Amino acid sequence: MSGDPILLFEDVTKVYPLPAGDVVALDHVSLTVEPGEFIAVMGPSGSGKSTLLNMMGCLDVPTAGKIYLSGQEISRMSDDDLTRLRRDRIGFVFQQFNLIPLLSAIENVEFPIVLTTGREESRRRAIEVMRAMHLDDALFSHRPGELSGGEQQRVAIARALVNDPDLLLCDEPTGNLDTKTGTAIMDLLAAENREGKTIVMVTHDPRIAGYARRTIRIVDGRLA
Amino acid sequence: MFFSFAVRNLRRHWIRSALSIIGIVIGVIAIASLGIMGNSINLLVANIITDVGDTIVITPHTAIGETFAGDPRTAVDAAIPAREVEEIRRAATPHRTIPVLQGADEVEFGRGESGYTRIIGLASDDIPILLDLEEGQYLRQNQAGALVGTYLAAEYGISPGSRLTIGNESIRVAGVLAERGFAADINPDYAIVVTDGWYESHFGTNDAYPLVIVRVGDVEQIDAVKEAIEDRINRREENVDVFDSRDMLRQYEEIYQQITVFLLGIGGISLIVAAVNILNVMYISVTERIREIGVMRSLGALRREVLRMFLYEAIILGLIGSVIGGIASAASGYLISLAAVEVFTAGTTFGENFTVFDQTAVGFIVFGMAFGIGTSIAAGFYPAWIASQLAPVDAMRKK
Repeated sequence: MSGDPILLFEDVTKVYPLPAGDVVALDHVSLTVEPGEFIAVMGPSGSGKSTLLNMMGCLDVPTAGKIYLSGQEISRMSDDDLTRLRRDRIGFVFQQFNLIPLLSAIENVEFPIVLTTGREESRRRAIEVMRAMHLDDALFSHRPGELSGGEQQRVAIARALVNDPDLLLCDEPTGNLDTKTGTAIMDLLAAENREGKTIVMVTHDPRIAGYARRTIRIVDGRLA
Repeated sequence: MFFSFAVRNLRRHWIRSALSIIGIVIGVIAIASLGIMGNSINLLVANIITDVGDTIVITPHTAIGETFAGDPRTAVDAAIPAREVEEIRRAATPHRTIPVLQGADEVEFGRGESGYTRIIGLASDDIPILLDLEEGQYLRQNQAGALVGTYLAAEYGISPGSRLTIGNESIRVAGVLAERGFAADINPDYAIVVTDGWYESHFGTNDAYPLVIVRVGDVEQIDAVKEAIEDRINRREENVDVFDSRDMLRQYEEIYQQITVFLLGIGGISLIVAAVNILNVMYISVTERIREIGVMRSLGALRREVLRMFLYEAIILGLIGSVIGGIASAASGYLISLAAVEVFTAGTTFGENFTVFDQTAVGFIVFGMAFGIGTSIAAGFYPAWIASQLAPVDAMRKK
């Protein structure tokens, strides 16, 4: 897969059929994400940036056009195959953290790999990434509700990185955090990128977008 | 992994889980113990009914045909004239025809106790063929003596040699009859048996009998004998009703079969209620965890893994409920049956050596448990299916 871009969008259109009339969320979008890039996607709300991120993360498939993830065409894949791609190739960081409340911090981090890997190996790997996120060992067994917002987001990033994904997707990663904590999170992401991780991040905050090396603007479903 | 998820979620909402378990427990208990109870009644009735498969009973024709001897609807003051009894005797030959006289009169048992009692009149040579003695002697022809049914004897402390007063006539007790149970022909356990001669002189009979019994030695010949009798007596008009003890047994079996089905139906309804409860609990569980499901799916949990997780929850609820219910229904079924046996056999010996837990009863418990687990899974499947089919993006957007 060397030489292939991580992501290739070819003339991608996404239409949501609604009773009030079809909504065109993405309108003939073509773009490329090369390995090692750090991209910020910016645009007003409703512009289609979340749809774009969902397509990148194999959470949704296009109405028309083609998407290649590391050379693999995903637009005609079955739900099971898409799910496996998300599990093995993609890491997600959400604005709401989206930790699973039933699980402890470390179990949350393990979740994506415990589906495929042995328990011991998963635990070892989880501890490794959590320490890399500067999380204290004492927090590992805490439930998400017992953690601060910054800690929760660091757990979430650890969870996104635990499967060593080709692509790390972040949807407003600092949207629910205060400035100081947000800065710390962005420093962590920037550090990951310096070590070679490809990151695509949706944000509407220009200061946060400043961490990225390239910015894509999207308005009314079109790249501007 | 997904199993431990299920367990944790059930624990998180343990009150809700406990309530649905209680629902299943009640359902399983209802279905199993009612089944056991029906079964016990069946067994008991089979125990009580004296299975005389070789007896034909002939009664005067009543408006209600095709019924059994002793059906209260046929209690009319009618009798078979001696002329017809002779016809029957001719038709039934070589089998023995036994005309029966039945009536009631006030009887004094001594010690100031008295009451109306059924009096049965039989030819003295017919008595040993129909009835067994517990103690004392059979009656000889023209002897003024009485045989007393075993329960009656036990109730009033009567033994051979005691004296009774029937109407105004004093009579000596010659013997006590052995327990006979509920039979197609006559039921002497609570009655007094006297010779036909004494009966006629006491009551007067108009030469007619309310009941005629034909003892057919061979079960194979019952239908032929019945036909012969019908042919002879009922050719021009329906004078008598003819049935045999097999008819009666069949009818009783049918009745008790229906009771069992009815009881099982009640149990089934409560189990359906429990299933609806599980459906409700699982549905709530899915609804409030939609976001969580979306997250799991976006992190790489397959549809079937989500389905499995929710099914585990339903199975755990069903399994715990069914096991508790199975144990409890074994206990309650036993107690209910004992109580039922107690009531049905008060004062008799039929309840002795009666076992509640035969194969069928255990079968009902297993059936109840299987039904409990089955309905839980069925009820859990729909919400689990919905959960697994959610699109991750839509699911996460919901609050």
